[in-house]
Amino acid sequence: MTVPIETWTLGWLWLAVVGSGLYHGVNPGMGWPLAVSAGLMAKTSRALWLALWPLAIGHLLAMLVVILPFSILAAVVSWQQQIQIGAGLLVIGFGVFQLLGRRHPRVLTRIKPTQLGLWSFAVAIAHGAGLMLVPIYLGLCRPGELDRGHQAAGALISANLVMAVLVSLVHALAMILAGGGMAWLVYRYLGVAFVARSWFNLDVIWAASLMVVGAIALGFAVAGLH
Amino acid sequence: MALRPDPTFHASPKLAMQAPPETYAYTLLLSPDQSKPDALAVVDVKPGSATYSQVVHTVVMPYKGDEFHHFGWNACSSSLSPLTGHAFLERRFLIIPGIRSSRIYVIDTKPHPTQAKIHKIIEPDELFRKTGYSRPHTVHCGPGGIYVSALGGGGRDGTDGPPGIFIMDCETFEILGRWEIDRGAQTKHYDFWWNLPRNYMVTSEWGLPPQYENGIVPEELLANKYGHHIHFWDLSARRNVQTIDLGANHQMGLEVRPAHDPIREYGFLGVVVDTNNLEGSIWTWWREGGRFHIEKTATIPAEPAPKDQLPPLLQGFGAVPPLVTDIDLSLDDKYLYVACWGTGELRQYDVTEPRKPKLAGSVHIGGIVRRTPHPSGRTFAGGPQMLEVSRDGKRVYWTNSLYSSWDDQFYPGGMPGAQVMAISKPGGGLELAKDYWVSAPDGYRAHQIRLEGGDCSTDSFCYPSV
Repeated sequence: MTVPIETWTLGWLWLAVVGSGLYHGVNPGMGWPLAVSAGLMAKTSRALWLALWPLAIGHLLAMLVVILPFSILAAVVSWQQQIQIGAGLLVIGFGVFQLLGRRHPRVLTRIKPTQLGLWSFAVAIAHGAGLMLVPIYLGLCRPGELDRGHQAAGALISANLVMAVLVSLVHALAMILAGGGMAWLVYRYLGVAFVARSWFNLDVIWAASLMVVGAIALGFAVAGLH
Repeated sequence: MALRPDPTFHASPKLAMQAPPETYAYTLLLSPDQSKPDALAVVDVKPGSATYSQVVHTVVMPYKGDEFHHFGWNACSSSLSPLTGHAFLERRFLIIPGIRSSRIYVIDTKPHPTQAKIHKIIEPDELFRKTGYSRPHTVHCGPGGIYVSALGGGGRDGTDGPPGIFIMDCETFEILGRWEIDRGAQTKHYDFWWNLPRNYMVTSEWGLPPQYENGIVPEELLANKYGHHIHFWDLSARRNVQTIDLGANHQMGLEVRPAHDPIREYGFLGVVVDTNNLEGSIWTWWREGGRFHIEKTATIPAEPAPKDQLPPLLQGFGAVPPLVTDIDLSLDDKYLYVACWGTGELRQYDVTEPRKPKLAGSVHIGGIVRRTPHPSGRTFAGGPQMLEVSRDGKRVYWTNSLYSSWDDQFYPGGMPGAQVMAISKPGGGLELAKDYWVSAPDGYRAHQIRLEGGDCSTDSFCYPSV
């Protein structure tokens, strides 16, 4: 972690927000096969497009639920590093849990196939999709600009809230564009054989992604202490 | 750990039909007098192979008296469910319940079918303690793990509380507990299956353990005391949403066969015997307007026979009931195969119009009175019973035993275990394969068959065949 903080630009952070959205979107575990199924079962592409809405909204809410508490915490400027270290550790810990505690998903079977929004929300929470975004979000909230350090806590909180909504929206938009694109390609051109063919085991990579994101955040936070 | 889904998992029934044909079959062997432990036979079904239609490997269990009946895989195409997203299981372990002992065996079929071996044994106590159920039976791989129907409740004779379904973990094989949250009017159990994207389950009824374990009880049958209901459930809510009475004379609606294509909201049920006239029947159930409906869509009459050719159980009736003990539906949902275990006939119905089955083919073999020999000249004791249809729909395999104590009542002359196969002709019609005959090892009977890579009563598909 010898990269100077200055190079960790806003641009890269936003790219990470979009990139993680695309990554979540193409992952079959985040729901695009459900949109394919919806379209095929109803025999109309309209059902596919309609299914994308609850999937996107569920994912968006899962992001917000995880990020919003941090937007309030992040307003405590003097504890900035500690919060970032805590968040980094939390994300790494969740990655380790995902790696070691992999079991057949059972809770999801209690959700009806028609409750796509609830399903999308639950699956994103269960996989720590929102947590993956937290370090990136905290980076974007970094009161790097000196004057922000002197802002009133209230103003800082509202700025952080706006940022949280913005980050979640951009992420969810990227996610549903990627997932919707996959669903449409499979529905219209590739056929359901592609569901099995395209399904790579991302469990380990996903857990590793969490740990890498957490480690980077931790590295910057520790570097920032000095 | 697998990086890609098991190649035997298919998104739709159509894709499963296009997969390579089976090269091995797994058949359960039971020792009817409990003098030997039950076993799993691995049969070579690859045409042209030097050991074609022979048992090439057996896994003998360490205990006696289990009574093997039905069995199933730990994982199948249902793993591609978009909801539960667990595509990286392996179709590898066969789950074999002992219907008499309540013991469950997990058999590992890797690295090769001919090296199959015992992986785990779940003792009856664990099942009793965790579920209050006994006599495990039908096994299906599903979204929440492995679902197993149990035909008995608690207590020594299995009548302490109702029977039902329990769930096992599909990786550790730990018994997780009862499946039902609200069973409604369900008090007996037998078979079950579902439509996963449509989120419903269908269950059937045989009878309680005292009604079958020591043989069929004629007084109970004539008093219409065996099962005659079909139950429909909300799969994710685990609630019985509708129970339909078939009419008390329609005794023992056993096998539940939903259409494989999940876009189709119908299926079939075979009824063993109508106590008014001894006929067997096929019923079609369907969902319309959020409610389930069922009607009798085909009947198979009893065949009159002289008293001296009948076993004591049937002498008073002067006829042989067809005894529809198993049905199986091809993966394209086109042909329904019906085993008439009493009359010794295997029927093929064209069910393109599900509520108007049309008889498309038939072969005779065995039978209580007909005793039709196999085309190879061998004697086929018993009748066509447990069926299995190949994924491509071209081969129909079956064995001859129903259940040890019932075999002895209907076929007191004995029943060496045998497995045969018929070719399903393009456009309809059946013909027994002269060169396919599997003899069970001495003293064993044969029951359910499972085909390598899945068959027509294993896999549940989550996407339509487009």
